[in-house]
Amino acid sequence: MEKLLEVKGLKKTFYKKKIPFAAVDNVSFDLNKGECLGLVGESGCGKSTTAKIITHLTVPDSGSVLLEGAETLHVKGRQERELYRKVQMVFQTPQDSFDPRCSLGDGIMESMRNQGMQKRRAEERMYELLCMVELQREFASRYPHEVSGGQCQRAAIARALAPDPQLIICDEATSALDVTVQAQIVELLRKLQKERELSLLLISHDLALVQKLCDRVLVMYQGKIVEQGIPDEVIRHPKEEYTKMLVDSVF
Amino acid sequence: MREKQKMTVGKQRAAGDYIKIKMILFGTLAAGVILTAVFAPYLVPYDPYEQDLGNALLPPGGAHLLGTDRYGRDMLSRVIMGSRTTVFAALLLVAVITVIGSAAGILCGYHGGKLDAFLMRVSDIFLAFPGMVFAIAVASVMSGGILNAVIALACISWPKYARIARSQVLSIRNMPYMAAAKLSGSGTFKMICRHVVPNIAGPVIVTAVLDIGTMMMEIAGLSFLGLGAAPPTAEWGSMMSNGRSMLQTSPWVILAPGTAIFLTVVIFNLVGDTVRDLLDPRQKGR
Repeated sequence: MEKLLEVKGLKKTFYKKKIPFAAVDNVSFDLNKGECLGLVGESGCGKSTTAKIITHLTVPDSGSVLLEGAETLHVKGRQERELYRKVQMVFQTPQDSFDPRCSLGDGIMESMRNQGMQKRRAEERMYELLCMVELQREFASRYPHEVSGGQCQRAAIARALAPDPQLIICDEATSALDVTVQAQIVELLRKLQKERELSLLLISHDLALVQKLCDRVLVMYQGKIVEQGIPDEVIRHPKEEYTKMLVDSVF
Repeated sequence: MREKQKMTVGKQRAAGDYIKIKMILFGTLAAGVILTAVFAPYLVPYDPYEQDLGNALLPPGGAHLLGTDRYGRDMLSRVIMGSRTTVFAALLLVAVITVIGSAAGILCGYHGGKLDAFLMRVSDIFLAFPGMVFAIAVASVMSGGILNAVIALACISWPKYARIARSQVLSIRNMPYMAAAKLSGSGTFKMICRHVVPNIAGPVIVTAVLDIGTMMMEIAGLSFLGLGAAPPTAEWGSMMSNGRSMLQTSPWVILAPGTAIFLTVVIFNLVGDTVRDLLDPRQKGR
């Protein structure tokens, strides 16, 4: 299997009243092409920080992130935009992830317009993407507060797909949605992943979701990766004390 | 707040319509004031600068509707002509401080770091000074003239806008949609134009519209002290200043421009209040 993403020795320390707190402590993992990797752990264990480091929303203290063998941590300007053509993200709160003053269509088209695509072609592709995430055309002109959370999250997935990325990071993409909508979004993600040979990094605290969707799972606790393996095995035979606790609390 | 939540949908809608009617009414009045200022030279019944000492200090009524001043100039013509100076100067001043102040605030909020610390300390210094005193000092250093009065007032008024814009930017900077826009490959300039400015515009516009009246008063105030428009330019503040020695013998000389300032400031404040009601965040999404 070909490696898409390699994360090596990532460290990030936050200071709360000058007391250091290691949010991400020496995290290393690989992500293969077309693979769906789960990253589970309780709130505040550093999952989201890891995602933010990969997408350049936070700067780590040390470590390296390689995308197809090339270092991405220190790229700027043009190369950074190049990175965002390959890596996209779906956020936890769908309604907050769209600008309240822009229509969903504009939000989806933004990345294509930034790449210099003509307005008409971007619009065509935007409608294709809406179709792909099973939304009707009229959603393009709606504003975030006019649609439901599930519909908004579908639009967010369409936006993430717009630059035709290789990796989509879903940061708790389903946790703000109710259970039935969650199932639909999960189904959609699975379908898209199969159709387009996408790699997914699924960040979640929901072990059942990870079990359903992921090929491999990493368990994170207090900034460290404590266990990894195939979801079914990790859930059935957890080796670490913490994983056992996590599994027990769900099942 | 609680009462608002109790309102039924129908009542909320009626309240929305009421605000719209108010907006149309006050907007028309404000537009009337601005149009008067624009077309002042065509509206005046007499030449506002022509002296006629034989007809000095005539009381209101007859050929001169608002009477004449001590040089025999028609007060109505001077009040209409004066709207030009006062209203335009106030609008220019508000436009300048809104743009400069917000730009500084956005820069500070978005960029952060040392630039933010520096600009905010500068604005603290300005805010710590009594504004009008500082404006008088600046205006007298630069000598009179309405433009210098505008510059002096701009110097003291921008920090308020910088503060508002900065706090608004800070509150939206870490919203997921800003991160999403960054992930869409938008550069700093585009982020500010497309995502920051539209999202912070509401409170800034409300403050600006509410400030038109205040600024008009301050310009008139500086002119009253002789630091604004130089005579014989018709300007409400300096007209009042000229008339103050005759308050007991011929009060119309000071009452006419005074009433004009009062009415215009009230109209612009009402517009500001209505704009605030319209852009109120609680009313969004309806």
